[in-house]
Amino acid sequence: MTVSTFTANSAANTVKDKTESKKGMVYNTKDLNLWYGETHALKNINLEIQENDVTAIIGPSGCGKSTYIKTLNRMVELTPIVKISGDIQYREKSIFDKNFKVEDLRTHVGMVFQKPNPFPKSIYENVVYGPKIHGIRDKKVLDQIVEKSLRGAAIWDEVKDRLHENAYGLSGGQQQRLCIARCLAIEPDVILMDEPTSALDPISTLKVEELVQELKKDFSIIIVTHNMQQAARISDKTAFFLNGEVIEYADTDVIFSNPTDKRTEDYITGRFG
Amino acid sequence: MSVREKFDDELIRLQQKLIELGEFAESALSKSILALETKNIELAIEIMEDDIKADVLYEEINDFAILLIAKQQPVAIDLRRIIVAIKIATDIERIADFAVNIAKSTIRIGSEEHVKPIVHIKEMYSIMIKMLKLSLEAFNEEDIVKAKKVADMDDKVDDLYGETILDLMKISVSMPDRLPQITQLSFTSRYLERAADHVTNIAEHVFYLVKGRQYDLNS
Repeated sequence: MTVSTFTANSAANTVKDKTESKKGMVYNTKDLNLWYGETHALKNINLEIQENDVTAIIGPSGCGKSTYIKTLNRMVELTPIVKISGDIQYREKSIFDKNFKVEDLRTHVGMVFQKPNPFPKSIYENVVYGPKIHGIRDKKVLDQIVEKSLRGAAIWDEVKDRLHENAYGLSGGQQQRLCIARCLAIEPDVILMDEPTSALDPISTLKVEELVQELKKDFSIIIVTHNMQQAARISDKTAFFLNGEVIEYADTDVIFSNPTDKRTEDYITGRFG
Repeated sequence: MSVREKFDDELIRLQQKLIELGEFAESALSKSILALETKNIELAIEIMEDDIKADVLYEEINDFAILLIAKQQPVAIDLRRIIVAIKIATDIERIADFAVNIAKSTIRIGSEEHVKPIVHIKEMYSIMIKMLKLSLEAFNEEDIVKAKKVADMDDKVDDLYGETILDLMKISVSMPDRLPQITQLSFTSRYLERAADHVTNIAEHVFYLVKGRQYDLNS
């Protein structure tokens, strides 16, 4: 699946069609191992991530959850000393296949980071940045993308009258939703979120959580969070990472009510970590 | 060492309050059977007046449990511990109410001689109180083997209840003028049978606490 230009026939639309029949798998991780130099950061990870699910990754600091999520869009390879074995398939195709360009992968897989990181440009320019790179120049189309993306990120009403003001003038919570809108603008299939609310106030956090619930209708979301109540509230499946291993991966309802592994129970009840 | 030491202490405190309520119910029931047997009206009145203590303790447990949920946002076994504490408190409070009901029956019977010695009732009480003690131990120790024993003992109480009612019905034919007392004694055996059912509920709660699944031990 190589898509190098922004088209109406986007991956998101493909997902929608599929959900009407049967839930498929977006990511299949097989025997994944990752080393930072000598440090074995991910150990034999096997995870199947379903489409239109919110999948939460939890675990104490340094357990490998951010490393894992950054492996899914190959960002982790920006660190030069990284060595990887095993495989990750995105929609049944190895992301490490040399015919699968990283740029194409990232067209399908958007990412939202811990700290809101808008570009020092206007709100409008932030949203159209991706589509413009993909060659869209038509002002009408760009306007539509801006409105659709900002609405999708539940921030349209707050910014519609100030689209050409600098994004830095927005509050932290608004900036984060703008970053989500910027991510939606390229119509991804999967959205990776690395602690997207850890720098936000409680109300902004709840807004982003509500948004995640809305977005999962059209996207598959993988979220790393330190906030276990957040994982419990918004995710369908939860994976508990510890020292680079997946200790338990199950329905969130099970993980938070009756986990199988004692280490999971100790972590979610706050007995360690 | 747990990083939630304060929360752990609070959970222990909740458990202790519950045991306190259980011991109160035990004592109230024991007094109620003694009052019935010895026709001690004063003791019966004392039981009725003391019941407020159970109500206060019950409210304290509920308030404390709700506060813990709000403040600590418990999950998994911690959440089950608190939910189970609320449920067990409800069952024990009902058991304490049965002591009051038996005390009221004692007052209604007054000084009238019993139509027959209350052997079956005492036997029901004796099993029921063993069940209650064992169920509180099971809860305290999170021991499902003990909880299962409690449920098994309930069958004997049910059998005795059936025998007692049959017995009293027979007596009512030969002593129709003693019907008011026979009714009160039937009520009393019913209260004990119900109390044993509530104890069985406690055993079920212990199963839920330990296993995280609902079990029906009454069937």
